[in-house]
Amino acid sequence: MSYFAFLTEHGPTMLLGTVTTIKVLICATILYVIISLIFGLMRLSKNPIIQGTATVYIEFFRGTSLLVQLFWFYYVLPFFGLTLEAFTAGVVAIGMNFGAYGAEIVRGGILAVPKGQWEGAFALNFTPAKRMRKIIIPQIFPIILPPAANLTVELLKATALVALVTVVDLTFEAKQINSITWLSAQCFGTALLIYYIISRFFLVPFLRWLEVLAARKVGKVIK
Amino acid sequence: MNAEWRWDFAIEILPQMLLATLNTILAAGVGYAIAVIVGLLFLLGQRTPIKIVNIINREIVEFIRSTPLLIQLFFVYFVLPQFGITLSAWVCGMITIGLHFGTYLSEVYRGALEGVPKTQWEACRALNFSTFYTYRKIVLPQAFPIAIPGMGNYLVGIFKDTPLLSTIGVAELFHAATAVGGYHYRYLEPYTIVGIIFLMLSIPAAIWIRKIEKNVNLAQGKIKKEQL
Repeated sequence: MSYFAFLTEHGPTMLLGTVTTIKVLICATILYVIISLIFGLMRLSKNPIIQGTATVYIEFFRGTSLLVQLFWFYYVLPFFGLTLEAFTAGVVAIGMNFGAYGAEIVRGGILAVPKGQWEGAFALNFTPAKRMRKIIIPQIFPIILPPAANLTVELLKATALVALVTVVDLTFEAKQINSITWLSAQCFGTALLIYYIISRFFLVPFLRWLEVLAARKVGKVIK
Repeated sequence: MNAEWRWDFAIEILPQMLLATLNTILAAGVGYAIAVIVGLLFLLGQRTPIKIVNIINREIVEFIRSTPLLIQLFFVYFVLPQFGITLSAWVCGMITIGLHFGTYLSEVYRGALEGVPKTQWEACRALNFSTFYTYRKIVLPQAFPIAIPGMGNYLVGIFKDTPLLSTIGVAELFHAATAVGGYHYRYLEPYTIVGIIFLMLSIPAAIWIRKIEKNVNLAQGKIKKEQL
């Protein structure tokens, strides 16, 4: 069977899987960005309870394997009467795991905003909430976007794991086709290529564009 | 199904889990050793003065870095037999992890080499040192401390990615948990124990790496004692 015949027969199935992969990617990215911002801010709180909660959360999710968390969400939570759909479990596990990594990036970004900005806001008698919202947060984006872009590419790769909790994504389809046809080179090769194309030609340029945009907003120009 | 945590069951399966933990540690160790060497090879490909080698090397690294480890594992495990090379799941897993993280480590090495100030190279040139002597006596001793934190992080990273090996049937910790859970149809205890074992191993490792990182920064004068 030629590769072209393989593509015409199984290509549409793989593309359907790709759509699911992209859905997981988008949902998990939104969740992880929100979690990163919240826990990154909590991590800098002066209140020991809030800060402690964030630290425990971050250490817990960074300390264990994503796959273990994923299986825990999918197979163990039903024991506690909380049954998640496979897709939801996948998105929540990935979002929470990457949120922990992202929170550390956000924390680093906030600390990296020049001290003069903090002092300026203080001198102008801004409330702490207003200072964060109007002065500090808008300035963290050029700092946090490059590491966050790396993390998002990692997230794309991590979405492959949801196939193991029966989400019908690209990896799942590739495995499925492999078990029917035993054309391993073709189906896993195609899957690898699709992931590469998503990352190289869509995700990375988009993130790069965001970086440039964020830098321009604060008056920096990067080429 | 009841949600109660059963201590008797947890204790019953604990020895089995701890035994499998040894396999996980072994897998992480071997995978890391391979990755360290593969990383050096990629670094070599990057620094050869032949343009075409650089380009091919960069594309390979880029490809491996932007595709999921899981599919790479399947690829190596299922495709090699088609070409008549039948390897055990262990060997396949180690090769794939070594290749995948080798690309990351090559970036760490590159960053470390670039972290050595340019003047050091120029001084060596001025003193007419050979390239080999420059690397061995001047550059590498300065680059190594810079690389330590990154290398440590990827050791923990590999450790946390070893559960993926269970998908091709390597009998490590996660594989044992799934097997035990499937046998007794109770997943609460096995998966929770796996999580706890991972935490107990990776948090001390992370603290240890952070300590080394601080010491390295101190030794290089990037931060001062009072800042700690």
